[in-house]
This record gives sequence, structure tokens and C-alpha cells, in this order.
Amino acid sequence: MAGHNHDDIDHITGTSTTGHEWDGIKELNTPLPKWWLNLFYACIIWSVGYYVAYPAWPGISSYTKGVLGYSSRADVQVELDALKAQRASAAADLAKADLAAIKADPKMLAVALAQGKAAFGDNCAPCHGIGATGSKGYPNLNDDDWLWGGKLADIYTTLQNGIRSTNNGETRISAMPAFGKDGILKKEEIRTVSNYAVTLAGGKAEAGVDLKAGEKLFAENCASCHGDKGAGNPELGAPNLTDQIWLYGGKIEDVIETVTNSRAGVMPAWNERLDTATIKSLAVYVHSLGGGK
Amino acid sequence: MSLWNKHAIFEKNSIILILGIIVMISFGGLVEIAPLFYLKSTIEQVKGVRPYTPLELAGRHIYVREGCYNCHSQMIRPLRDEVERYGHYSLAAESMFDKPFQWGSKRTGPDLARLGGKYSDDWQFRHLVNPRDVVPQSIMPGYPFLAKAELDADDIGQQMKVQSLSGVPYTEEMIANAAKDLKAQVNPDDPNAAGLEKRYGKVNVRKFDGGNNPAKLTEADALIAYLQVLGTMVDFKGYDAKANYR
Repeated sequence: MAGHNHDDIDHITGTSTTGHEWDGIKELNTPLPKWWLNLFYACIIWSVGYYVAYPAWPGISSYTKGVLGYSSRADVQVELDALKAQRASAAADLAKADLAAIKADPKMLAVALAQGKAAFGDNCAPCHGIGATGSKGYPNLNDDDWLWGGKLADIYTTLQNGIRSTNNGETRISAMPAFGKDGILKKEEIRTVSNYAVTLAGGKAEAGVDLKAGEKLFAENCASCHGDKGAGNPELGAPNLTDQIWLYGGKIEDVIETVTNSRAGVMPAWNERLDTATIKSLAVYVHSLGGGK
Repeated sequence: MSLWNKHAIFEKNSIILILGIIVMISFGGLVEIAPLFYLKSTIEQVKGVRPYTPLELAGRHIYVREGCYNCHSQMIRPLRDEVERYGHYSLAAESMFDKPFQWGSKRTGPDLARLGGKYSDDWQFRHLVNPRDVVPQSIMPGYPFLAKAELDADDIGQQMKVQSLSGVPYTEEMIANAAKDLKAQVNPDDPNAAGLEKRYGKVNVRKFDGGNNPAKLTEADALIAYLQVLGTMVDFKGYDAKANYR
């Protein structure tokens, strides 16, 4: 490296050099382009404007709030309020209206169905499926088989308080005994009564099962909730056993499992998470899927 | 030569450059970081946030171990679409006992900041074992081993001690009872369940894997216990949003 000579001028470019030299090659001290440098200074000046307009500098007990009064939380509140107002004007106020009135008013109904469909996608579809077709343990909402009632008001109550929900005091609760686990019935009796239950829905019993005994066992153990003929009771969430719809499977083995260990599906309560208008929309939407009573 | 050309001094002397960098970063830190520790107006007052129970903490460790944060965020931003879908925007105080925090930086899956109570334990269990069983279009990998693996949490007391060193207010009583509290949270009939609620306040006490593995305390139990408490600690009925605008 040669000595530092700042006034060295490279003869070819006419630019000064840094004074660094390797094997006769000198490093040019090319200045930054003027436009770039000016942009850089402009950004510094812009930042001063930013300090004035937006929250910026901390102090001892507070910070500079900026003349625009910007707050991301206040902003989102304004947007949410605007959204609320927009929805309220589009559909009278769903929150105030009666469920039957929503169903009767075409304008409100259209809004409720649209809003219900959107809310269903995120909140309900994970269990009940995108098309509300359900799966094992999660009821299909398109049919007219309802565990806890299929009237608008029933669906609304279920949505609000859930079923066996752990965070709602008014949730729908019923508990089928675990006839095997708790030792109420013997293994052979469970097989017998399960076979009988399958025949109620038109299914075929296994060979050699005494259905008369099954009928007696059913009357003694099951009929109080599921009804004498197994037609179910929506007051207790007791499923109808005479149809072909089985929430946990209708094969003999499935039914034996159900009778042995019982089932207790859980649906969360939504009254804390969703507002009244959304829950009403959901009730109307679910009711409209085909099976509403 | 004007002042603007003096940068050559920094460019040619590495020690001066390093000193310059240290001064600049210290100034930046002083202005941007230090005030967050003392400014009253940046520390929001929120009721209900409590440290995780031993079981939830163990579940949180599984959440971190499995890298859930790679695809799931825990941060609802104050934007209309996010509040509409996920619920109230996240508050800083809600992750004050998350060490390290799990805000995440990318959403391949949905945000989980308010997942607690949204779906049933049974759904969570089936979804962890094989997400396609309940959500056919899901691309999340299955974690069936969580359902079988016994929870290894012999050191949960020590883990809580470490957390307390970094500022989580675990009391000596909480740490001493960690192992008992861990077991009590999956069994409402446990004689220690009352003690657990006394120490922590509102706690979900139940078998979290939906009775799918009644004999064992599994990793799924712990993870679901953690997932079911996410975003549920603050009661927003008593939250003054206006006082916390910023």
C-alpha cells in the first residue's frame, strides 16, 4: 500500500482516489450519486415530520402522541363500529329482532343467511363439516334428526349455551350411564339390548340373540330417556333410535361400545365468543339447511 | 472539506467505527426499548392473566417442541378482518408470562391466540391425531404419538423455577406443589384439585384427551390443556378498551 495522498487524481476517470494502491491499481473515491444522497437527506427531513405527526418520542412519564392522534386500537374500533352500523342498517337490527321475524322478513333473512354462512365456516365447520354434513360424533345438520330439538329457538339455545360445555352454566346437559363400565349391565345383557336397539332402526340382529329379553332390558334401562319405542326425547338430548341415523355408528359393535362406555359429545357455548346477532344468524342459517322444524 | 465528508474518519479506523456503532445502538435502545419498562402508559392494566398451571406449562413446552409456532401465530392484530374472525385483538399483557412468547411470524394455519374453548376437547384430540379426520382439507401433519406418549414432566417444578427467574410470579408454594397440581388438573376427583384452583384461580380441570386414554397422563392431555386456556384468561367484559388505546 502506498502512502495516503488524498489529492491523487485518477487520470482516466478524473475522479480522486482514496490513496490506496495495490500493484499500481488505485482505489477510486467515487462520490455517491447526487440524487441518492438527496433522497437520503429527504428521508431524514421526512422523519422529523413523522415525529410531529405520529407517536414517537418517549419522555419521563408519557410519550409524544403526535398531532394526528393515531392509535391502531382506536382505528380498528372505528372500523368495527362502522361495520356494525353498516350491518345494522342493512338488516334492521338482527340482535333486536325475533327469530321468527327474521325468518319472515326477506331482507333480514338474506343478511342472516349470508352472515350465518360466513360465521359457520370458521366456527362450526371444523366439527360439523363445511357442508354441515357432520362426521362420527358430530351431527349432520342437514337432516331433520335433532338431538336437542330442531326449532329455531332450540337451535338458538344450543348455539348460545352449548352442549355439556365447560364454560357455561346453562349449557344443555344429560348423561347416558355407562352401562358396562359402571357395572349396571352384564356383558351378555349389553349385547342383547344393543341387538334390540339395532332392530328398532330396522337393522338385523345377530343370530341367537333373545330379542324378547332385549326388549325387556330396553324397557327397564333405556326407555326412560329414549322412550318406550325408542323415539328419543329432545328435552334430554336422547337420540331417536328408530331411524337410520347413528351419530357413533350403527353396527352392533358400535352400539355395544356406546352402551358400555356411554357417549357425551361436547359442543362449546358461543354466547361469550359471538355476538347475539351472529348467533341468531347462525340459528337461522342452520335451520335453513334442510331439516329445520 | 465540509463536515459531511468526515465519514472517512469512520471508514478508515475500525475502532472508531465500532465505537460509533456502539453509541448509535445504545441511543436507539435507550429511546426504543428502555421506556417500555418504565412508561406507565405503555404497561396496560388487565385483570385475569395468570401464570400457566404446571400441566399447561408442560403442554406449552410440547407446543414449542413440535414447532407449532412455525405455522400458527398467537397474535390477533388490531385489524378489522382479524378481529372479525378470531375475536378481540391480542393484548400485550396476555403474553406477559409467555417466555419465550409464541406470537409467531407466519400463518400457514390459523391464529391460535383465542383458541381456548372454541372447539371441544374431543375435537382437539382427534384433530391432533389426524387433522383430516375432522377437517378434510387440512394440510397440518398428524401428531398421533402425542396420544400414546406418557407426559414426562418429572422436572416441571424446576422448569417453573426457571420461569420464575425470568419474572413469572410462581410462588414457592406453586413450585412445591407442581407435580401434584399437574396430576390434579386431569382429575376433578383428585383431593388436590381444590388446592390447584386456590393457587391459580380459574382453571379447566378435566381429562383433556376426551377419555381416549383414561389410564395415562399423555402429552395430548398437556397440549390440549394448554390450547384450551389460550386467550381465555382475560374477561373482556371488564376490560376498558378506551383507557388502553395506543
